[in-house]
Amino acid sequence: MMRFSDTQRLFSGKTAPLSGVGNLLQRLHIDGPMLGGLLLISTVGLVVLYSAVAQSMDLWLQQCIRLIAALAAMFVIAQFPPDVLRRWTPLGYLAGLFLLVLVLVTGEVGQGARRWLDIGIRFQPSEIMKLAVPMMVAWYLHDRQLPPRLMDFLVMGVIIIVPTVLIAKQPDLGTSLLIATAGILVIILAGLSIRLMMLLGLATLPGGYVLWQFMQDYQKQRVLTLLNPDSDPLGAGYNIIQSKIAIGSGGLFGKGWTNGSQAQLEFLPERDTDFIFAVMGEELGLLGVLGLLGLYLFVIGRGLTIAIQARDTFSRLLAGSISLTFFVYVFVNTAMVTGLVPVVGIPLPLVSYGGTSMVTLMAGFGILMSIHRHRKFVPH
Amino acid sequence: MSLFAPIKDHHSETRLFAARVILCSVVGVLLLGIVIARLIQLQIYDHELFAAKSQGNRIRIEAVAPTRGLIFDRRGRVLAENLPAYQLELIPEQVPDLDDTLARLAYIGLIEEEDIPRYDGLSKSGPRFKPITLRFRLSEDEIANFAVQRPRFPGVDLQPRLVRHYPDGDVVAHAIGYVGALSTADLQRLDGAAYAGTSHTGKTGAEHFNEDMLHGDVGFQQVVTNALGRRVPAETREFSDSLPENESAQPGANLYLSIDLDVQKAASKALEGRRGAIVAIDPTNGEILALVSAPSFDPNAFATGMSTSEYSMLQNDKGRPLFNRAVRGSYPPGSTIKPMLSLAALEVGATNLTRRTVCIGWYSLPGSSHRYRDWKPAGHGEVDLHDAISQSCDVYFYEISRDIGIDTMHQYLNQFGLGNATGLDMAGESQGLVPSRAWKRSAFSNRADQVWFPGETIIASIGQGFMLATPLQLANATAALAMRGERFKPHMLAAFEDSITGKRTIMAPERQPNVQIENEFYWDNIIAAMHDVIQSPTGTARAAGLDAPYQMAGKSGTAQVFTVAQDEEYDEDEIAEKLRDHALFIAFAPLEDPRIAVAVIVENGSSGSRVAAPMARAVMDAYLVSDDEI
Repeated sequence: MMRFSDTQRLFSGKTAPLSGVGNLLQRLHIDGPMLGGLLLISTVGLVVLYSAVAQSMDLWLQQCIRLIAALAAMFVIAQFPPDVLRRWTPLGYLAGLFLLVLVLVTGEVGQGARRWLDIGIRFQPSEIMKLAVPMMVAWYLHDRQLPPRLMDFLVMGVIIIVPTVLIAKQPDLGTSLLIATAGILVIILAGLSIRLMMLLGLATLPGGYVLWQFMQDYQKQRVLTLLNPDSDPLGAGYNIIQSKIAIGSGGLFGKGWTNGSQAQLEFLPERDTDFIFAVMGEELGLLGVLGLLGLYLFVIGRGLTIAIQARDTFSRLLAGSISLTFFVYVFVNTAMVTGLVPVVGIPLPLVSYGGTSMVTLMAGFGILMSIHRHRKFVPH
Repeated sequence: MSLFAPIKDHHSETRLFAARVILCSVVGVLLLGIVIARLIQLQIYDHELFAAKSQGNRIRIEAVAPTRGLIFDRRGRVLAENLPAYQLELIPEQVPDLDDTLARLAYIGLIEEEDIPRYDGLSKSGPRFKPITLRFRLSEDEIANFAVQRPRFPGVDLQPRLVRHYPDGDVVAHAIGYVGALSTADLQRLDGAAYAGTSHTGKTGAEHFNEDMLHGDVGFQQVVTNALGRRVPAETREFSDSLPENESAQPGANLYLSIDLDVQKAASKALEGRRGAIVAIDPTNGEILALVSAPSFDPNAFATGMSTSEYSMLQNDKGRPLFNRAVRGSYPPGSTIKPMLSLAALEVGATNLTRRTVCIGWYSLPGSSHRYRDWKPAGHGEVDLHDAISQSCDVYFYEISRDIGIDTMHQYLNQFGLGNATGLDMAGESQGLVPSRAWKRSAFSNRADQVWFPGETIIASIGQGFMLATPLQLANATAALAMRGERFKPHMLAAFEDSITGKRTIMAPERQPNVQIENEFYWDNIIAAMHDVIQSPTGTARAAGLDAPYQMAGKSGTAQVFTVAQDEEYDEDEIAEKLRDHALFIAFAPLEDPRIAVAVIVENGSSGSRVAAPMARAVMDAYLVSDDEI
């Protein structure tokens, strides 16, 4: 047998003699490296956020409380073995669909869209779907031979499209695209043939046209502003211009924590939510930003390792999809803030203020930890 | 699944999966590479350009508040205007010791001691470079006082701005309402972007109802700011290529209310020292000529900001000056509903114009010993419907009430607009109440209470019991009487004017369903009886009509506030002022070509004809007589 290098040890999670802490974590079904990575990202997030909310203690403490709630959710989910999660998947998916329909019929309107449901607590059913859709696709493929056949693609297509359309109708295009992405990633991981992938890629051209028809005016405006930011400098274009100025003026080392003139003097809009990456770029510079991206890469890499080591098809596909979706979040947000893709209202995961989505994200990592605890035996 | 499907090959599946993960990772690394390349481009190669731009970003876009539209009365006299004033501002980050500064400001009398915690909270909630307003308007003395002491207060300064001003404050307070500082609740209701530069918003009355028109459109301007974010008076547009041009704010529309300031003043003067309300309507189109609730308050205090103690004094005042009695006060309408009930009785055949009855001062249901008393203990003698209205005989109505029935009363009073909000362009109107069997069934949960009793019909016939109406509803119903059933929706907004183009739009009167009385002759008789209320030597309000240069018709009402026991007499002098009867009067004039309908309610005023009727006369004089002189 080959010897494990230190890096391999880290990624495999099989560090030879367990320390006291390691022992405890294992008993709690918590993956140490993953938890470490997440905590580091969250800490960086809280530090940046403190500056972005203009040192408002109230807002900052609220975010701390959310983080604790999200970690608790992760811890609870991690206790369920993947088999149990799989068995409950169809029910959760159907319940999610039901709630989505309910939201369209009775939901509370907030900022021109019906996204909220109030049953005892207020929440967005689309959050459930962020996990339920990839779980459902993975559940469908679990007993089937891979790569899937044409019939299977049609069924999975329906599983993905129905909630996507329901959420797009709310209207919440950003979330619906993310959910579709999470489902499609499962299919790609399951072995969608490369030829078919390319074909689908070509099909996106007419698909894009259809999507354009589906878009609300404000969404079309966002795409147009991306192509020419100066066309609407006070709207989304203004955001991108100010965000680029913030990041660019930060340089290699940044202007220093809480010293960014763009962020602190309110030039930069939505600096505590979608555009917090620009605050970081301005105040902590290229080095700080690369550090954060490195942390993200570490967590994603750890997630993919867990996926490869997973015991069964369901766990494998789900773990892969959750990790890659997390990457999509990071990519879309950073690309948006640097002016590479349209502004689509996706927060920087674990850093942006607010985040009903933070709980969902952490719950996803809870599933990863559960999968890791029940991984297949790797011979030394 | 077909029979030929091979069994799951776990080994190849794992290999396939690993290959896909590698594929995705490669794509992911490539994508992230693009982002990193972009970051390097922005932060290394173009760093100097952006650093310069961020310096140039000292030009900042600021919202410019639009000028609020003015409010005029029907003849173009100013009811609400904007006056320049100085406000006292504090910039938290420039103040060396906040607690000490606030304490010293309180010591020289510019702010009040108990408001300090509020300012303290305000200064900690926003960005520290943003000024907070301590006082919206300083008096001349205060400006002078602060000006000499300014060096002692670093970070505190005077700023000029426009303040809403109501020249005839307390006279028009309840009609036009007032503006107040934007609250968190307001901001949830209003469009935040449109109010970015605005400090005040309409809170009640016409100011509130017509907020959209009055407010105007927010503008934007480029402001040169220094490194600390504060404005400096320089012009460096070097780096402003990416910023929008200045966009000036669009002032709000000017409103012309149907209120006549003379009539409003007359009504306000008539109610001086009383608690009550007067509403006057033009019956030909529903325009409100006067809307007064007394006691009133000074709306300017809300526009300039009050200290906590001033506000709580207003709130706790026993006369409840902030309560708009004209539209929110619900009172038993008393005998003022008799003309309307008479029309209903004639229409359904419960009585006729010749039927006579002997009034002995009280009435009992057959088989009951309970006496329903007339206001005149000795009785009115033999009366017909005409006398019953002009002398306000209660017994006549007690008698016919059983034949009309409560549900018919309900139906006809509803036609006159009682029991429903009139739809006036003002928020918070009360509905009043016209009882019916169906209403009583749904209003009470206890089964025993749900039954309608015959005695309740009897007291309903003189506007007592459950029945309630607002002064506005009574004026509206009087307008319908004056117009012989023709009805219009009451409204205060007569016209509005675009403040840029000057284009004036006049509001068209809005018709309401007419009161359905088949026989025109009935109207003549009832209006003649109302005329005799004032004209005839036996009319209840004959004193009010003396020497009037026009003919008027009216009806007095006196509403019980507390019940006199069966064996007791109501003695005005002996009972506390708060328990005295409410005085009511409704009237319209001129008789043939009505131009004004008035309802007056004086809380605990004792007598409708003695107290309320002269007030109605004064209001009509102000409108009809002065009008003739012009």
